[in-house]
Amino acid sequence: MNQLQVSGLTKRFGGLTANLNIDVTVGDGEIVGLIGPNGAGKTTLFNCVAGIYRPEAGRVVFEGRDVTGWPPEKICRAGVARTFQIVKSFGQMTVLENVMVGAFLHNARSAAARATAMEVLEFTGLAEKQGMLARNLTIADKKRLELTRALATGPKFMMLDEAMAGLTPKETQEAVELIQALHDRGITILLVEHVMEVVMPISDRIVVLEYGQKIAEGEPAQIARDERVIKAYLGVEYRASS
Amino acid sequence: MPELSILPQMVLSGMLIGFIYALVSVGLTLIYGVMDIVNFAHGEFLMLAMYVAFWLYALIGLDPLLSLPVSVLALFVVGVLTYKLVIQRVLHAPMSAQIFATFGLMVLLQNGAQFLWSPDYHLIQEPLLAGRVEFLGLYAGKPQLFAAVGALLTTGIVYWFIERTETGRALQAVAEDREAAALMGVNSDRTFALAWGIGAACVGVAGALLANYYYIFPTVGTVFVLVAFVAVALGGFGSVPGALLAGVIIGIVEVLAGLFIGPAYKEVIVYILYMVVVLIRPQGLLGEW
Amino acid sequence: MTRRRQYLTPRRMFLVLFTAALIAFPLVVKQGSLHRLMILVFLYALLGEAWNILGGFTGQVSLGHAVYFGVGAYTSTLLLVKLGITPWVGMLAGGLVATILSQIIGYPCFRLRGHYFVIATIVLAELVQILFINWKWAGGAIGISLPLLPESWLNFEFNSSKLPYYYISLSLLATVVGATYLIVKSKAGFYFRAIKEDSDAARSLGINITGYKMLAMAISAFFTGVGGVFYAQFVLYVSPDNVLQFSLSTLAMLIPVLGGIGLLWGPVLGAFILIPMSEFTRIYLSGAGSAIDLVVYGLLIVLVAVFEPRGLLALPDRLRRGGRAR
Repeated sequence: MNQLQVSGLTKRFGGLTANLNIDVTVGDGEIVGLIGPNGAGKTTLFNCVAGIYRPEAGRVVFEGRDVTGWPPEKICRAGVARTFQIVKSFGQMTVLENVMVGAFLHNARSAAARATAMEVLEFTGLAEKQGMLARNLTIADKKRLELTRALATGPKFMMLDEAMAGLTPKETQEAVELIQALHDRGITILLVEHVMEVVMPISDRIVVLEYGQKIAEGEPAQIARDERVIKAYLGVEYRASS
Repeated sequence: MPELSILPQMVLSGMLIGFIYALVSVGLTLIYGVMDIVNFAHGEFLMLAMYVAFWLYALIGLDPLLSLPVSVLALFVVGVLTYKLVIQRVLHAPMSAQIFATFGLMVLLQNGAQFLWSPDYHLIQEPLLAGRVEFLGLYAGKPQLFAAVGALLTTGIVYWFIERTETGRALQAVAEDREAAALMGVNSDRTFALAWGIGAACVGVAGALLANYYYIFPTVGTVFVLVAFVAVALGGFGSVPGALLAGVIIGIVEVLAGLFIGPAYKEVIVYILYMVVVLIRPQGLLGEW
Repeated sequence: MTRRRQYLTPRRMFLVLFTAALIAFPLVVKQGSLHRLMILVFLYALLGEAWNILGGFTGQVSLGHAVYFGVGAYTSTLLLVKLGITPWVGMLAGGLVATILSQIIGYPCFRLRGHYFVIATIVLAELVQILFINWKWAGGAIGISLPLLPESWLNFEFNSSKLPYYYISLSLLATVVGATYLIVKSKAGFYFRAIKEDSDAARSLGINITGYKMLAMAISAFFTGVGGVFYAQFVLYVSPDNVLQFSLSTLAMLIPVLGGIGLLWGPVLGAFILIPMSEFTRIYLSGAGSAIDLVVYGLLIVLVAVFEPRGLLALPDRLRRGGRAR
């Protein structure tokens, strides 16, 4: 069974149709990349699944339950965690405290939440910085923190919105390794990404959006050769490595 | 149940004070529209204008009609100074800091007035404008009528300024999109200072007009500013025509509430109106600009 | 060596000494007027601490908190005057009624954001004050004078000395500070702070923000109401003008903002600065309608807002370079 099933999703903002009749499925444990030129509607789709927007039409089904239109906190409790495109750390709180906020979802007591938070911080490599104020971190670390915090909620499914934006090549490599580690832990991942060199190699499948509609779907190698996709990215040349 | 025959008279009174409410609200909505800041000290600006008129009358016998330009100018300066000394420094601070800044100013001005000039109520005893006029069986005090007309005129001037002059359009541009406006060469710092200056000047006019017939005392601003908050929410934050419409509506509603429910509950109706508006139609009647 | 350091930090030692000083104060200093001053300091610090839970930690700025103070005061007073119920029970009742009112007010208000919310708190508080002014059964505009009962702890009235009031208010303050401390370290406290920092991120982590805002409001209102009950018993008089007035809401906000918003000891610092200054100006600059203290308050608030919005207690932090743990 597919863990996430989006069918016929349509989202409008006034006269603008941001998503039209989109179908996306994600299987248990997969890594699916969502790509497309700017303004294609990727973040809108993302937000519809995450509960920020309510779609005009269509359904979002997670693990067999219809979660269409559920508020973000309910979606999180159902096992879906997300990160934000523009990072939203709790600046005045320490790294540890940030992650504890996530950990409290499944822990009522501070001691338990702290333990869970430490475990997750060790996993993502931020444990040494636990006492730093979040606002003093580098961008890469802030993104890593946001991911750690989301991970502390114990999700089965994680949605990452442009996790690589603004990172140096070294930082990007570290982020990719982290995503692989999440995958190895059994977490399903849906990522929105612009950086092709990252999303193509790690994804099991790719979904391509353009002007609010799905124009292609398949394995990365297929997608790289797909005429429509290449046209959509006119001017950008990408060759699948042989 | 009061006699319905006095209804038209009451509605007229409500309208007349409503125009004053409108002018006070126009100043508030202008500042909010341009820079997203609620001026909690707005009522104190009104109070200052009224005291300016009063002291000029008490000390050198200048009638409020004639001292109006002085009030307006003085308040324009106060507005710009407030921006330069206080607001400019909290532009990038969290919203709570902005609230505390104008709120602190309100406390400072209100109590400063009480300290300097005592809590006594003052009234300009013999203004040039006195007496009543009659029209179609309805009466209106000359000061009230003049104030209402003056308020309406000033609102019109402000609206014309915003819509038809280049500086006014710059104000609109900054209100809509600060960065884009900057790219077009609009100096947002000067625009903000101007918004505060004009916003305060509006209240300067209202205060000078009110001084003709209204009691002058340190907390007079509170009465008007709460109404102004409601009017701005009702009319739509940032909309000058909205503030005008809302001000008049509130003036009439207040008077009718006093008539049918009781004078003690006049303000209650206005407060309930605020809650209803912000919960049901937060964008107000006429929305943004 | 680290173990020993942990228990006797300079901070802890200061707190212990400070508390001991406060407890010993009336035994050393005998002037009744100074006792009265300290009682007011404790009361307003309590008010500030209670406000801080909602406004400082959760970031919901209420400018209508007097309504909970007043409703608490009126509840216990009415229970006493109409039914002869001891003010101690009245204190619990006052806190509870204030809590219930806070939920009624919070329900519509928390659907509003930013300025709309703040103005709504002002408007609703004014509305309640007007209702009390016109409520003859509760004394109307004149208010209610509490009966002079024989001095006793049960009656919560003490005439011969202010000491019991002193220790009661100090205990109440200690209770609220202790409660705040426990809350801040708990799940609720973390959630409150997350809501203040970024409510969208908070929602994405499974936090029901309206529910937690209502909780913060409930706790804040409860303690504020308790403070109101104490005040009623202390001055033996309640009226719309002395327990429901806007200047009280102002003070409730001013004290934490000055001392340190969102910090545990901020309101205590704020009260220790503001209240003595207020009394000082009232006594020595009399005849000026006692407004000068509020002028200074207003000025202080503007200065704090402009230069250090987090309040005075946050200043030492600012002097340290960023990046280090607190």
